[in-house]
Amino acid sequence: MTETTADLLNAKAMGADLERVDGLAKVTGQAPYAFEQHAFDERAHAPLYIHPVQSTIAKGRVTAVHGERAAALPGVAAVLSHENAPRLTPEDDSDVAMIQTSDDRELLVLQSDEVSYRGQIVAAVVADTPETAREAARLVGVDYAAEPHDAAFSPDSADLPEPTVDTELGDVAAAMAAAAVTVDAAYSTPIQHNNPMEPHATTVVRSGGALTVFEGTQAVHIVRRILAALFSLDAERVQVIGPYVGGGFGAKGSVHAPLVLACLAATVLEGRPVKIALTRRQMFELVGYRPPTVQRVRLGADAEGRISAVGNDVTTHTSRLKRFVENAGGSAAMMYAGENRSIGHRVAELDISPATFMRAPGHAPGMFALEVAMDELAEACGLDPIELRVRNEPGTDPVSGLPYSSRGLLDCLSEGASRFGWEGRDPRPGVREEDGWLVGTGVAASTFPAFTMPGSAARIRFAGEGRYEVSIGAADIGTGSWTALTQIAADALSVPVEDVALALGDSALPAATVAGGSAGTSSWGTAIVQAARAFVDSHGTEPAAGAELTTVLKRPPDTRGYSTHAFGAQFAEVRVRADTGEVRVPRVLGVFAAGRIINPRTARSQLIGGMTMGVSMALHEESVIDPRFGHVVNHDFASYHVAANADIGDVQAYWVEEHDPHVNPMGAKGIGEIGITGTAAAIVNAAHHATGVRVRALPMTLDHFLR
Amino acid sequence: MIPFDYQRAEDAAGAVAAVAADPDARFLGGGTNLVDHMKLGVAAPHRLVDVTRIGLDDVAELPGGGVRIGAGVRNSDLAAHPLVRGRYPALSRALLSGASGQLRNAATTGGNLMQRTRCVYFEDVTTPCNKRAPGTGCSALEGPFTRYHAILGASEHCAATHPSDMAVALNALDAEVRVLGPGGERTIPLDEFHRLPGDAPDRDTVLEHGELITAVELPAPAGAARSTYRKVRDRASYAFALVSVAAVLDLDGGGAVRDVRIALGGVAHKPWRARAAEDALRGGAPGEERIAAAATAAVAAARPLPGNAFKVDLVRATLGSVLRELAAGPAQEPAEPADPADSTENAVEGEGR
Repeated sequence: MTETTADLLNAKAMGADLERVDGLAKVTGQAPYAFEQHAFDERAHAPLYIHPVQSTIAKGRVTAVHGERAAALPGVAAVLSHENAPRLTPEDDSDVAMIQTSDDRELLVLQSDEVSYRGQIVAAVVADTPETAREAARLVGVDYAAEPHDAAFSPDSADLPEPTVDTELGDVAAAMAAAAVTVDAAYSTPIQHNNPMEPHATTVVRSGGALTVFEGTQAVHIVRRILAALFSLDAERVQVIGPYVGGGFGAKGSVHAPLVLACLAATVLEGRPVKIALTRRQMFELVGYRPPTVQRVRLGADAEGRISAVGNDVTTHTSRLKRFVENAGGSAAMMYAGENRSIGHRVAELDISPATFMRAPGHAPGMFALEVAMDELAEACGLDPIELRVRNEPGTDPVSGLPYSSRGLLDCLSEGASRFGWEGRDPRPGVREEDGWLVGTGVAASTFPAFTMPGSAARIRFAGEGRYEVSIGAADIGTGSWTALTQIAADALSVPVEDVALALGDSALPAATVAGGSAGTSSWGTAIVQAARAFVDSHGTEPAAGAELTTVLKRPPDTRGYSTHAFGAQFAEVRVRADTGEVRVPRVLGVFAAGRIINPRTARSQLIGGMTMGVSMALHEESVIDPRFGHVVNHDFASYHVAANADIGDVQAYWVEEHDPHVNPMGAKGIGEIGITGTAAAIVNAAHHATGVRVRALPMTLDHFLR
Repeated sequence: MIPFDYQRAEDAAGAVAAVAADPDARFLGGGTNLVDHMKLGVAAPHRLVDVTRIGLDDVAELPGGGVRIGAGVRNSDLAAHPLVRGRYPALSRALLSGASGQLRNAATTGGNLMQRTRCVYFEDVTTPCNKRAPGTGCSALEGPFTRYHAILGASEHCAATHPSDMAVALNALDAEVRVLGPGGERTIPLDEFHRLPGDAPDRDTVLEHGELITAVELPAPAGAARSTYRKVRDRASYAFALVSVAAVLDLDGGGAVRDVRIALGGVAHKPWRARAAEDALRGGAPGEERIAAAATAAVAAARPLPGNAFKVDLVRATLGSVLRELAAGPAQEPAEPADPADSTENAVEGEGR
């Protein structure tokens, strides 16, 4: 057993319902986003605008780029292609990279004639207005030598590569054969696109050998490291600034091609600010998505519902250009008891655009499949679905055997059942009708790992008159980092929040890891706490004005003796129109166990945001690749539906008190992603309760219910 | 975006003259569809003639109880107009179920009729499409995204649907379209205004270049007629119809069908007048058997694509429900939002909620 790493501080600011410290600036339009930032004085140096030219083949080579007509258009400053773009200098820097290396092939924009997916950037125009750039891009002619491509995801194909073996305990096949009750079914989730409200946007200027980049990103320091490597610059010559970001959901967690393109243009047009803001369509082609999954889930149990076998054989796909595997099997690996367990992923390689992280990677689709299968198992056992989960609560992590640092699933189920009004629920499906609508309720569990990344640094400076400046190059992508980190710093320094001036979102500030993996607050907060302690050790509680200290969090809190996860339970009421199958979700209620909640206001926003995205995932979101062409054809918001206001009814998020001294000094687990896990399953389970129809493929559109 | 000239017409005759003289000119109404298409390269007019300030923005009562709607009347204003809410609640409901509040505030009556399909291939200039680029082929017929495509009246050249809600209601209301062209005025029944794709899917309507919609006229509603519009879609608002039904039912004193008019949306290249269903309903009281026969007749000619066969069942189910509701319900009442989900987005000027 390892030592306890947390003292939970002396919480005064943490836990307080503090308004967003950046709220006033945002609602009054005083918070500039990347595209609105001014590099230099833009009256003296008018900015230029980029519009990319995208490949109309999925595989092959560019044989010629005809830029003459574009270049002749008044206002056009440059036409870029692989023939004239500056050379990038990628490195295999995997020893320092947490997320992405600079030799990531997605980033090698305009470096060769090779085309690896439809929509890939093959040229670009830089002009004095966005409209001129767009029109000039249309005038660029590109000749191709097309080669046959494969963009069809065929999960049943015999030609797929062998699956990975991620977990193999005991003998699932034998346990299934011996089980009194089994579920063996395939569950599928489609491609989903992150689609933050703010499209990916950059303002960049290269001047005097330095690169200044205003970027909507989840990690200014990662962007700086990647750009420094690609453009052969010392890291000190690259500054990445992104104090305000209009959402990311993972799509801004690593560098994508448009940013590299903008920096190439700025290199060619030294001294001129260059801007790019993606169109919504380009958001479907250039900045990643969640890959599809087909999950064969096997559950075997005795007659009392005690699980003996858990299997998830996942089939998904990846771009040939850059491997990314949606780890949907991870949920089944850790969620419930069972001695026999088998998890693997089979990954089809296709000529399509690269995927990336999307909110709760792995667990969003994984908890859909597992939690619908659990509902089916409960039905087959004649058990209430909550009771089934109670009976399969593991004492220790079923794979590692480690104890949980804390595991609040049962508390969440219990409190959720009480708040939702679960007791006395008639389990029979398809027997409640009100005014032509079939009504049902459903439940599912939620989970997401809790962890802390090493590598963040924080600087504490005493400004005098009781005030401290706390600096860290973290990101706030709308989550509330500005506010939560201010509260953590206040408690770490034992001062009121009014005496803390936080700075983040700038690579000139001390290094910080990504706003991702639900690990941002944990990683940055731990770094701040460490720096605060070191500051007090060095300077005491009455420091001299100007006293300053920076420390780097080299090793995160030692949690090796524990399995660390947040848990939750979600309940949904679903109505399905009896005649047409239209689905509405009037009510979703979630209860979560995520350690200490730093700020109830921003936490609730994170959780109901995740749940809302879960409703959207359940009912609507689906990107469709047309294999003949190789790209997503419903690449706009008219045809890729996200939930509208009218789809979202009463969404309530609560949490249970959870004291976890192991995860980090704050005792807090991340909450950015858990909200989307399990929502879709709760909704699908409720729809089954309403109608008797078991939907195993998302999105749950009305045609599933037509008779 | 291709550079273009913009001019503001002073009156209808001037607008017609300006467009008729220039094969690359187009009328500009609210711009909610045309401007998108110009950005996407789907449309490339060199001249836009703005027809929003030529005095076609009245809703007026006609002698005999009908109503004349100026082509420039905005969708929001039309939906909220007392004459429309009182006499043609199905039209008001159809309008309020379309698009979003912002779009309805901009979109005009004429522009709504002239809007083009939202077929994803039509709107993507990198894919073949006979409607956008005649002779290149139809990508939808064998494509994986046919949810919004036609099941009735399509051809081997095109399976697009017309996206309007308003036009479906107008069809069931037996509206007529008043048109001014270089050769003078003409009147076109709404049902004949939009075309089936046939071998010329690039032509959505029967209008010739330079012809301008000036008004839509509605005949007086029959005294006891009931009408409604029901739109079915996955998303609760701001989505095109998978299937919609506009229906007008007029029963005589004995409860027998005196008149019935049914139009379907989301299923064809035009608002689809379901005359076979109307015929099946006539001749007696609208009982369960007759309603089932009508619902079946409506889709007897359906030829779904792979991926949209469910729409055949959906038409049957929706039409059956609508007819049952109209047969059972009282004579018509002023329009209220059909679905509570719509009430939040349907607040229009002068209509507090």
